[in-house]
Amino acid sequence: MPVYYLEIIVVVLGLLMLMVDAFAKLDDKRSIASIGIIGLIVVFGLLFKVVPPESTEGVFWQFYSAGDQTALFFKGIAVLTTLIVLIMASDFSPIVVRQTADPEPGAHPQAGLGEFFALPMFACAGLMWMASANNLVSIFVSLETVTITFYILVAYLRRNVGSLEAGVKYLILGALSTGFLVYGFAWLFGITGSMQLSEIATALADPSINTTAAFFAFALILVAVAFKVGGAPFHFWIPDVYQGAPTPITAFLSVGSKAAGFIVFLRLVDPFLASAPLVGKVTTVLSVIAILTLLMGNLAAMPQKNFKRLLAYSSVAHAGFLIMALASSPDASAAGQSMSPTTVISFYLGAYLLMTLLAFLVMTTVRGQVAGEDLNAYKGLAKRSPFLAFTLLISMASLAGIPLTAGFFGKFFVFKLAAEQQNWTLLVVGLIGAAAGFYYYLKIAVSMFFESSDDDALAIPVRTTTRIAMIALTIAIIAVGINPGLILGLLP
Amino acid sequence: MSILEIIVFLPLVAALAIGFGAPARFTALGASALTLIASLVLAIQFKTNVEGPFQFESSRTMLDIAEFPTLSLSFGLDGISLVMLLLSTIVMVAAVLVSPKEAELKRSPQLFYLSLLLIGGGAIGAFCSTDLFFLYAFHELALIPTFLMIGIFGRGENRVRTAWTITIYLGVGSLVLLVGLILAVIALGGTTFNIADLVALAKNPETGIAAKQQGGIFLLLLIGFGTLVSLFPFHSWAAPAYAEAPAPVAMLHAGVLKKFGLYGLIRVALPIVPAGFETYLNLVLVLLLGNIIYLGLVTIAQKQLDRMLGYSSVMHMGYVFLGIAAGNELGISGAVLLMFAHGISIALLFALCGWLQEKYGTLEFEKLGGIAKQVPRLGLLFGFAAFAAAGLPGFANFAAEIEIFIGAFKGAENGIGWIQWTTIIALWGVVISGVYMLRAYRSIFMGPIASKLEAPSDLTWATRLPLLLLLVALMAVGFIPELLNQFIRPAINGFFLIKAG
Repeated sequence: MPVYYLEIIVVVLGLLMLMVDAFAKLDDKRSIASIGIIGLIVVFGLLFKVVPPESTEGVFWQFYSAGDQTALFFKGIAVLTTLIVLIMASDFSPIVVRQTADPEPGAHPQAGLGEFFALPMFACAGLMWMASANNLVSIFVSLETVTITFYILVAYLRRNVGSLEAGVKYLILGALSTGFLVYGFAWLFGITGSMQLSEIATALADPSINTTAAFFAFALILVAVAFKVGGAPFHFWIPDVYQGAPTPITAFLSVGSKAAGFIVFLRLVDPFLASAPLVGKVTTVLSVIAILTLLMGNLAAMPQKNFKRLLAYSSVAHAGFLIMALASSPDASAAGQSMSPTTVISFYLGAYLLMTLLAFLVMTTVRGQVAGEDLNAYKGLAKRSPFLAFTLLISMASLAGIPLTAGFFGKFFVFKLAAEQQNWTLLVVGLIGAAAGFYYYLKIAVSMFFESSDDDALAIPVRTTTRIAMIALTIAIIAVGINPGLILGLLP
Repeated sequence: MSILEIIVFLPLVAALAIGFGAPARFTALGASALTLIASLVLAIQFKTNVEGPFQFESSRTMLDIAEFPTLSLSFGLDGISLVMLLLSTIVMVAAVLVSPKEAELKRSPQLFYLSLLLIGGGAIGAFCSTDLFFLYAFHELALIPTFLMIGIFGRGENRVRTAWTITIYLGVGSLVLLVGLILAVIALGGTTFNIADLVALAKNPETGIAAKQQGGIFLLLLIGFGTLVSLFPFHSWAAPAYAEAPAPVAMLHAGVLKKFGLYGLIRVALPIVPAGFETYLNLVLVLLLGNIIYLGLVTIAQKQLDRMLGYSSVMHMGYVFLGIAAGNELGISGAVLLMFAHGISIALLFALCGWLQEKYGTLEFEKLGGIAKQVPRLGLLFGFAAFAAAGLPGFANFAAEIEIFIGAFKGAENGIGWIQWTTIIALWGVVISGVYMLRAYRSIFMGPIASKLEAPSDLTWATRLPLLLLLVALMAVGFIPELLNQFIRPAINGFFLIKAG
């Protein structure tokens, strides 16, 4: 089955969900989410069934890469993220209903909930396309498909000021970054005369290239892409938007959008790294961004008292580790001896998906019972719901990079790459970041385990689907922590 | 599955079972007793005259790709790791036995026993791993359980702060260690994590690490492992943590887990970067004197038993370093023997200390006194333990320290060098530990009865059992050091000796 069928299936699923929402008389609209969940499980299975096309001649393949393994991996990340986001979204639906309440008489009590489940499907299709985009035009269009869906989703809770504020911030800054991206693309096209990434790479490798202009194009593109993945100093939107957005959407932004951002980052930076006249400058700039991101993310996460904000800074910090891998790209001569940054970043993002989504799943479940995402809301969770406390602890241990969890291997590969390139400054900053991580990730354990809850709070109910997802993610984190081959085997 | 794999995974599986609701104390006791029996079986089966580094080997390949060193979950024992395994399993059984019963714990008994098993199981896994990666990874298994144990079940007002201190300290230490290990593996070609293969590569002059590079790597390893073992000046986490941890955790951490740093130096740093070790030998000598003399004096100044024991356990690490610094068969085997002896004796002391705290509610020397009249059996046991820790003959500590001192003096026929001078100064540490141990004994057990409390009932058989287990181990090895030396010697001779003695 050709790989682009998958995107089509996801879009059709999304349309189907909209139709069901509009025409079927459902008592409980959460069943719309179930359609999406089941559909995405099927799509995830189909990912393993795709076959490469017989011929890549023709205009279509100039916009869509012919199903390379990395693209498939990132499509898997997109599908899995959306799947878990939909599970979270159904848990979160009472809050959505409350904060989108329609005063019109006769309206369905859950009016407006259907789109909350359908929109992530379109974002998912966009994310999947981003993974295969190999042309400036298709990169731009797929990126915007995703971003525009996110503008809606972030501001979805229209009776909630925080959500609206987040939406406006994201819209304005997102539009600005899009401007940078298009301007950078224009310069790149001007220099190389092509929209095709492979041709751009050939043109940039030419020693007679105008390096100043090419570097300018790189800088413009970098601003836009760093904005998408949360690289400092373009990360300032992240804490506010993450905090204001509905929690499932925060998870979606933090995993799906970041992963897709990184595949685009990799695709766009690769030609520059492969270009002999530019590679030195590009690496320096990337190193600076990585150092800033690591310091900003990790140090700013330390004093946070709101769990969602803490995870926002943590997501910046992880972007720092990922850019650190990119800044430690081995020379062409050393290829084959050490892992490529693409492999390291893909692995890291796979591990990041498991642990971050697990944290957000617990957060959404707790949010159903306790108002707010303050660290205090997690007081005495170990006593109230030992299962939730345990899974959240595993997730935090993995985010902190404690061995025998998936997160450790992510950091391990990055550090190894930096050590092989003898990138000592980056390595030291990375270590400082990782050490800070021990502190702020374990802070939540203090709330959960050391402090007792105010009243005799009852156990927090966990839906079966959510519980299955949590158990699966926990097992996956530990299994990958013992055998990283489980994820590496999916990569080229 | 080999017996060794069962030994490693049994505590972890038991911890999991407790998490799913198995009876906590019963499961923990069963699992730790079974691992002890199994490790004794291995000790009997262990062949002391076999060529080749490891016995009872098992290996499961996890990751085998060209761009990354081969990673396999592999276990095996040589004489050194066998001794460490015995230490871990003995102390683990004792620690579980002295733990409060489920009903006596105010908060989640499951979490208590689960964490205990994870700490012990992590140490066992680290000592049995023949893969550098898992050696490191298993040790880290104890990090979060220790944090939770001190924070939740610890004593005193400052316990959360102490929990943070030990976690961040050890976390940072292991990050430094990680970088050192990564650099060492890369410098050795980056093809494998197997320790035996890495050592073979390092000993081959063509593939070994260049002397210039070795210094930096050794320094990272020294700081990393040194932090984990509370080498001066990276020691400040240890004493407060042991004082505030619940007694079983202090037993496991001070007795077993801390030895990982020393074990790592002997197992990894010495054979892989010997030239780096030679370069920084004098630095090591100065630091170990810091442990023995400076921290010895700090120990004398303590006014509370738990703090004093904490500092004394830090101080004694200096002797182990001295044995390692001697670098010959006698010195290193003394070091390994002292790791065992000290582990058992400090576990015994912390167990008794926990009992005192529970019955008298205080550990300050001034508030205690004349207890021997009230609880004579406890007094007797404490006396044995204190004499053992101070290095009196008849206990394993004495045999080990003698080996270390003689080992360190071995090169003296060619003139007295730095190491011999260090030894001469370090000998005064024996006096220091005699002073603080006897002073503690005198002020707690002798003299007029200071406590206004009614005399608590003395140790019962049930409480004496774990203590006697430890004492028997200590005295058996004390009278017949060959019990363990027969394992240690061939391991050093065949594989890890860095220079001829």
